[in-house]
Amino acid sequence: MQTPIRNYITLFIFTGVYSFGSVLFLANANEIKVCPQCSISTVTQAVLAAKKGDVIVVQKGIYKERNIVIDKSITISGENFPVIDGENKGQIFLIKSDNVTINGLQIQNVGNSYVEDWAGIKLFNVKNCLIENNKLLNTFFGIYLAKSESCTIRGNEVKGTSKNEIETGNAIHLWYCKKMLIENNHLTGHRDGIYFEFVTESKIFNNVSTKQIRYGMHFMFSHYNEYFHNQFTDNDAGVAVMYSDHIYMHENTFSDNWSPVSNGILLKEISDSKIEKNIFQHNTIGVYAEGCDRIEIKNNDFTKNGWAVKILGDCNDNRFEENNFTANTFDVVTNSSLSHNLFEKNFWSEYAGYDLDKNGVGDVPFRPVKLFTYIVEQTPPAIILLRSLFIDLLNLAEKVTPVITPETLVDNNPMMKEIKW
Amino acid sequence: MQGIIKIFKYSFYDVLRSRWTVLYFLFFLISTFALLYFSGNMSKGIVSLMNVTLTITPLISTIFGVMHYYNSREFMELLLSQPIKRSNIFIGQYLGLAISLSLSFVAGTFIPFLTYGIFVSPEVWDFSLLIFTGALLSFIFVALAFLISILNENRIKGFGIAILMWLCMAVIYDGLILMVFVTFNDYPLEKAAVIMTTLNPIDLSRVMILLKLDISALMGYTAAVFNQFFGTTSGMIISLLSLSVWVVLPIVLFNSFAKRKDF
Repeated sequence: MQTPIRNYITLFIFTGVYSFGSVLFLANANEIKVCPQCSISTVTQAVLAAKKGDVIVVQKGIYKERNIVIDKSITISGENFPVIDGENKGQIFLIKSDNVTINGLQIQNVGNSYVEDWAGIKLFNVKNCLIENNKLLNTFFGIYLAKSESCTIRGNEVKGTSKNEIETGNAIHLWYCKKMLIENNHLTGHRDGIYFEFVTESKIFNNVSTKQIRYGMHFMFSHYNEYFHNQFTDNDAGVAVMYSDHIYMHENTFSDNWSPVSNGILLKEISDSKIEKNIFQHNTIGVYAEGCDRIEIKNNDFTKNGWAVKILGDCNDNRFEENNFTANTFDVVTNSSLSHNLFEKNFWSEYAGYDLDKNGVGDVPFRPVKLFTYIVEQTPPAIILLRSLFIDLLNLAEKVTPVITPETLVDNNPMMKEIKW
Repeated sequence: MQGIIKIFKYSFYDVLRSRWTVLYFLFFLISTFALLYFSGNMSKGIVSLMNVTLTITPLISTIFGVMHYYNSREFMELLLSQPIKRSNIFIGQYLGLAISLSLSFVAGTFIPFLTYGIFVSPEVWDFSLLIFTGALLSFIFVALAFLISILNENRIKGFGIAILMWLCMAVIYDGLILMVFVTFNDYPLEKAAVIMTTLNPIDLSRVMILLKLDISALMGYTAAVFNQFFGTTSGMIISLLSLSVWVVLPIVLFNSFAKRKDF
């Protein structure tokens, strides 16, 4: 019977400390109101007037401002999405101080520059900033971070209108950052949805990136990052990740990336990484791997892709385990007659073997690379013969006695039923 | 015209009454049900059915065409002694067989898909295209079979040539295309591929359906060229035109041979 009393005491102490803290905080922080009719009618004035720890509340209205430099730790908070309009003449926010929060603003019309990377919100050399629940429309770069650490970008909507790759920047652009959180953002209509270069130890999750002019996500030289529950759909060239190691990607969806040069995900020189429980659906190429080593690709769903996996001869020691390959036109393609990658315990909807001992594992090995796959790789126009009787006969002959297709690229334990996880 | 309709009616009922059409119908009914049951989803079912259709429909149409022609020769000779226009007799016979075969095919594939609810699924257009090309292939291959039979008095020879014709269209032609591709690999071959495909009715039907179904693979780098042709309305019109030439040309030839032939 002691528990309730102890709870009350804890609660009392906690409330006390909390109210004391709030009082302290309130004593320190002023609230500065900005509205079109107020004495302070622009955000720029408010920022100049503010002191460290102040909160600037921007009320509904249209503010035609740009080049707002924030060099002290303040919070800018919008009520009912006030509009900050750059009139296509330049960058809107430049944050140069740590602990800055921006939320609830609608930032629009930055304009194009071919000389400078103008952005809706640019953060340079800062720590612990929070950019939350903003709407960025028609900004050249949406949110741009450079040389920063431990910032959070959450719940923003970044929408571009450009049709041309050179007339737009990236929705969220990070350069030389670490320990970032990018979550719940909705990104469309930019060159790349999420762009990382030299970014480490960051988490990217629950984002939706669609209809980008180039890549849904694009990163290079970014190690030790984790990507999960993101959705990359309908991007012109899918997702491209390059020159990175120790990447952990799980439970993402890569779908509907259709075009002559489109991949669900393009992996170039990626090593020691894990790709788990993702869905690859309706892509021209599901996974394209070039120069990749020691990647563990496990429990993914490859459904209705043109080519589920295209793995080039320079990839070594990658493991494809317990994936489902369902209704893809081609399951695996390679350009080499040798394969140093492991395919084990996958489910292949094309598998026609049997399971006499009823242990759920097929008794006959499965060779996912068919002769026709090889022919198409060598003579691309031959794809017009897809699913013709002649090709079926050729495939059958090759299946019985493999001559041309890589002998080592084989799943020795194909599963009989789709794998659930 | 009256003559054609009378002959057509006779030939149509004659073919429908024969066990073969019923078997043909049952074959498609059972295999379509089986394909749908095992693949479990409509679009996979359509792909598998396409493989069956593109092989079986031309083959059966060819065999039936040759068989029907040789079997009804005596009846045709009887009719020739009557005051009926020659072309009416032959066209009536042709239509009777071609329409009853395509009806068996359409009914045999349509009923299973209907029970699986094709009309409420998004694949309804792909399926109609498949049915349409299947029926058109029946018309094409019955016409070719008739043409071959009228040119050969000898049944065995006629049969042999007809089967060989089917083999050429269904298998050997693709082998030739592939040989051309492999030999001239260094040249841009996309346009040649489009032209060669358009010339063969089986290949053309296959590509037309595939562009609707397997679009993700066909959207690959080279296939974009194909899509530029077959995916547009003008491409579609040219394809349909080519298919109808394959129906009309053998009939015209067959008709002119029939007119001149001394029975």
